[in-house]
Amino acid sequence: MNAMSTNLDLHDLGVFDLAAKLAAGQVSSVEVTQHFLNRVKSEQLGAFLATDADVSLAQAKAADVRLAAGERTPLLGVPLAHKDVFVTRDFATTAGSNMLANYRSPFDATVVSKLAQAGMVSLGKLNCDEFAMGSGNENSAYFPAKNPWDTSRIPGGSSGGSAAAVAARLIPAATGTDTGGSIRQPASLTGITGIKPTYGRCSRYGMVAFASSLDQAGPMARSALDCALLLSAMAGPDLDRDSTSLDMPAVDYATDLIAASLSRHGDSAQKHPLKGLKIGLPKQFFGAGCAPDVLLAVRSALAEYEKLGAMLVEVDLPLTELSIPVYYVIAPAEASSNLSRFDGVRYGHRAANYTDLTDMYKKSRSEGFGDEATRRIMIGAYVLSHGYYDAYYLKAQKIRRLIAQDFQKAFTQCDIIAGPVSPTVAWKIGDKKADPVANYLADIYTLSSSLAGLPGMSVPAGFGEGGMPVGLQLIGNYFKEAQLLGAAHQFQMATDWHLRKPEGSV
Amino acid sequence: MSTTTSGLVQGYEVVIGFETHTQLTTQSKLFSRASTSFGAEPNTNASAVDFALPGALPVMNKGAVQRAIEFGLAVNGHIAESSVFARKNYFYPDLPKGYQISQFEIPVVQGGAVEFFLDGEKKTVRLVRAHLEEDAGKSLHEDFADMTGIDLNRAGTPLLEIVTEPDMRSTAEAVAYARELHKIVTWIGICDGNMQEGSFRCDANVSVRKPGEPLGTRREIKNLNSFKFMQQAMDYEVRWQIEQLEDGHTIQQATVLFDPDTGETRAMRSKEDAADYRYFPDPDLPPLMIGRDWVEKVKLAMPKLPQKLAESFVEKYGLSAYDAAQLTQNPEFAKYFQALVDLTGEAKACANWMLGELTAYLNRTGLPVDDIEIPGPVYMAATIKRVLDGTVNANVGKTIFFEFLVKVRKTRSELFELAQVVTEIDKFIELHDLRQINDSSELEKIIDDVLAANAKNVEEIRAGNTKAMNALVGQAMKATKGKANPAQVNELLKKKIG
Amino acid sequence: MALTTQDIARVANLARLELRPDETERVLGQLNGFFKLVAQMEAVNTDGVEPLAHPAAILGEVALRLRDDTPNEPNQRDASQRSAPAVERGLFLVPKVIE
Repeated sequence: MNAMSTNLDLHDLGVFDLAAKLAAGQVSSVEVTQHFLNRVKSEQLGAFLATDADVSLAQAKAADVRLAAGERTPLLGVPLAHKDVFVTRDFATTAGSNMLANYRSPFDATVVSKLAQAGMVSLGKLNCDEFAMGSGNENSAYFPAKNPWDTSRIPGGSSGGSAAAVAARLIPAATGTDTGGSIRQPASLTGITGIKPTYGRCSRYGMVAFASSLDQAGPMARSALDCALLLSAMAGPDLDRDSTSLDMPAVDYATDLIAASLSRHGDSAQKHPLKGLKIGLPKQFFGAGCAPDVLLAVRSALAEYEKLGAMLVEVDLPLTELSIPVYYVIAPAEASSNLSRFDGVRYGHRAANYTDLTDMYKKSRSEGFGDEATRRIMIGAYVLSHGYYDAYYLKAQKIRRLIAQDFQKAFTQCDIIAGPVSPTVAWKIGDKKADPVANYLADIYTLSSSLAGLPGMSVPAGFGEGGMPVGLQLIGNYFKEAQLLGAAHQFQMATDWHLRKPEGSV
Repeated sequence: MSTTTSGLVQGYEVVIGFETHTQLTTQSKLFSRASTSFGAEPNTNASAVDFALPGALPVMNKGAVQRAIEFGLAVNGHIAESSVFARKNYFYPDLPKGYQISQFEIPVVQGGAVEFFLDGEKKTVRLVRAHLEEDAGKSLHEDFADMTGIDLNRAGTPLLEIVTEPDMRSTAEAVAYARELHKIVTWIGICDGNMQEGSFRCDANVSVRKPGEPLGTRREIKNLNSFKFMQQAMDYEVRWQIEQLEDGHTIQQATVLFDPDTGETRAMRSKEDAADYRYFPDPDLPPLMIGRDWVEKVKLAMPKLPQKLAESFVEKYGLSAYDAAQLTQNPEFAKYFQALVDLTGEAKACANWMLGELTAYLNRTGLPVDDIEIPGPVYMAATIKRVLDGTVNANVGKTIFFEFLVKVRKTRSELFELAQVVTEIDKFIELHDLRQINDSSELEKIIDDVLAANAKNVEEIRAGNTKAMNALVGQAMKATKGKANPAQVNELLKKKIG
Repeated sequence: MALTTQDIARVANLARLELRPDETERVLGQLNGFFKLVAQMEAVNTDGVEPLAHPAAILGEVALRLRDDTPNEPNQRDASQRSAPAVERGLFLVPKVIE
């Protein structure tokens, strides 16, 4: 599989190019929407959980009206789909769980309505691990999503449906959520671009909560530019609905990137556009735990960054390994409480037969939750229970602060931290299902920045074993999304990894 | 043993601590914008947050914090610069999230005390804390056969839970504390105090011990929502515990309910594993920060508390502690009194009028003192003026105030100056010839007639029967159509009978 | 310190979950495997370290945002009860609760 495709079907266009075509009136939103709906209809990847052509086309018509009226906003008329943990009025929301089969929310998540206001057309809801708990999308109560580069492999998780759909060109872009790596890891394993912003940048209102102090929404698309366009619309304060939403004005992340694209041509002074940028490499990210094929791709990507003028420095994140137990104590603790509302009283699954109230609770919940959700609820309830709180939960929250402080030390020596996203390329479906701890260990490079609440992204950086994509992780300091996107964009102007597409996905 | 005021009960010392849930008077809920109004159709005053729908998140109500600060200042508690909301995890159908948002390790109000008088003795009950938390919904057991209906209108209503030290040593003292607390929270307006609607719910932790022994095992009487039941429940509980111990049993810690019909307390079916609530800081809510400047602003706007106001009445006007307490029974009554004194400068007379005739009138009509039907302080001031300067006697003054002025009040919408009202009254006096007869020659003539007509009584009086005197006074007053000065009549009669 | 089946039963009850015996065994094994991983935390010295409950707190003080006390939620009962398992006369129905 070599060079970029020459077949310029609509689905080969990213968000930016589609928007341009729409703005130029070369194609209507209804045409674009119909084109992608046809692809979604015939998809074999298990990427979608819900679609409704009538709803999507109605939104497309509305977008065409706005276009006809002369409105020229960056995302107007471009389709996308939402991870199924965002509640939506127009589509059922299941969070990948039997607990919420056919659940209909009376309201839209803030992120969903913001993108709708920007004129984006929703093609439906995307498969994910149950309540966003997993790194392979094998914990979906409905069916696993598959990796378009090799359908015998996982697309990563928990935003696996989002990643598979974007990688396979079923949609130009998708929303995802990231609690411990759920945007970055699937993006890495499917060769697309994804960013998890600073905790609090995007409203959590309307996201089915997994771990409240970690959950964060973000875009998944093919390029940094496309992610920038989406994030500009998704981010921003939600003061009336979310107490953890940051009171910071929305930022236009795309304009600088577009300017960079334009100035690049001809201007020879732009040979070293990243001159002065210090990229820190934590030695803990490049140890024996990382597969050689992944390391090779990551190192060559970093070499490319040096060509672009960046300087590589070594930094130290000594508690990287600890981030696994710390995260897997804190996240389940919060989850065990967040999932208590699923009791079969007001919505969601209620068991058919029960003897009394307590029996109704137990049967409804045991039937409604899958293995991983059950496991994490158990862990969470245990670490919070009497006599264990200090040793587990409180201890973990203290180490969490140390981990966050280590990052601040590191950022005194560099602007951006880089490394692999996942220690291996996508594994075979079923390989790790029996061993949850093995799954947890695979999150090692994404957990620490999640615990600190830092922005991070995955940028396609090449291919590894079995021709499977490898992502480069970029971690920025708080609120430095623009810097991350800029660095990723420069890399993508110099490389074409992000333009590669899996065979058979067309 | 009905109401022990203090001391021992059958050789046992009673130890009581209180936990009171006061529903705050906010318009909207603690973490949602749904209305807190009472009595709406089931589940119509509930938002996505109160239904605990997936994706809903809490946002804090400033008005609830404001009220917590007001309470903290009222009881001289410490208002925490930073306090933390925690999740109390347990499953119950009226608890939609599966956890209650409350405050655990760091409450918003810390310490403080409530002071009050019991049988003339000053009592002080120390507070441990007061913390903000959300109320649960309601479980309706009656309406359905073998099912329970859940109404979440009340879910999320702001509560301030006020916790005392085990400082109370008698059931009477405990009820007096509850009454004083009720007076404070309604006086500063953070709670409407409506006990029927559950706005002021008390849990009493009751234990008994032999003097000098360590604290006994306590039983918690839940949801006492009337002072009467409170007294009955605690008295029963104390008696029951003493009986148990006397019979050689031990007390098991328990939560009990009071049944007004039987007058007994019975142990509740304890919520399972209530012991392990798995409290942890709510990750949806950063710490509540309260700046000193905010506290100072609230302090300036705070009304003087009943206790303090009563004390100032005693000092300034030389009133008795009892009268002062009566005059500060509620803010409106105290305001009326203050205005009255400012107009007349005659505190004692004003107190007598308010605690005598006015109070009787209010009880009779069931009207609050600030009701439009009640003539305001200006009217009473004018009346008192004319009584004190001897224009009319006290009885006539009352007639003027309660009959004439009530009518004036009804027919005239505009507010009068004191002088205008006095003029009004004078016209009325002239019109109905109600002037007090101070001219003694005129009075002597009348009295001579009375004496002549009642020679028999005069004999009896001379024989030493003083009772007969009253009869003569009555006759004389009658003869003057009640306009005579009763004192003067008495005097003249004595003189003439010799 | 390894968990026992009693621990699993206690926690399952706290979390209102019902595990079949075989599930209990499986979960017990998996949790004990997991807590071996967690044991690493003991080695970290956290004396005098404040727990970090909110990521933004690392940059300094985070404060709870307060909204004005103005109710503005319409009656959303019907839409909110659309997915309810059992509703009658606007009330959610559950098996009899005995207090």
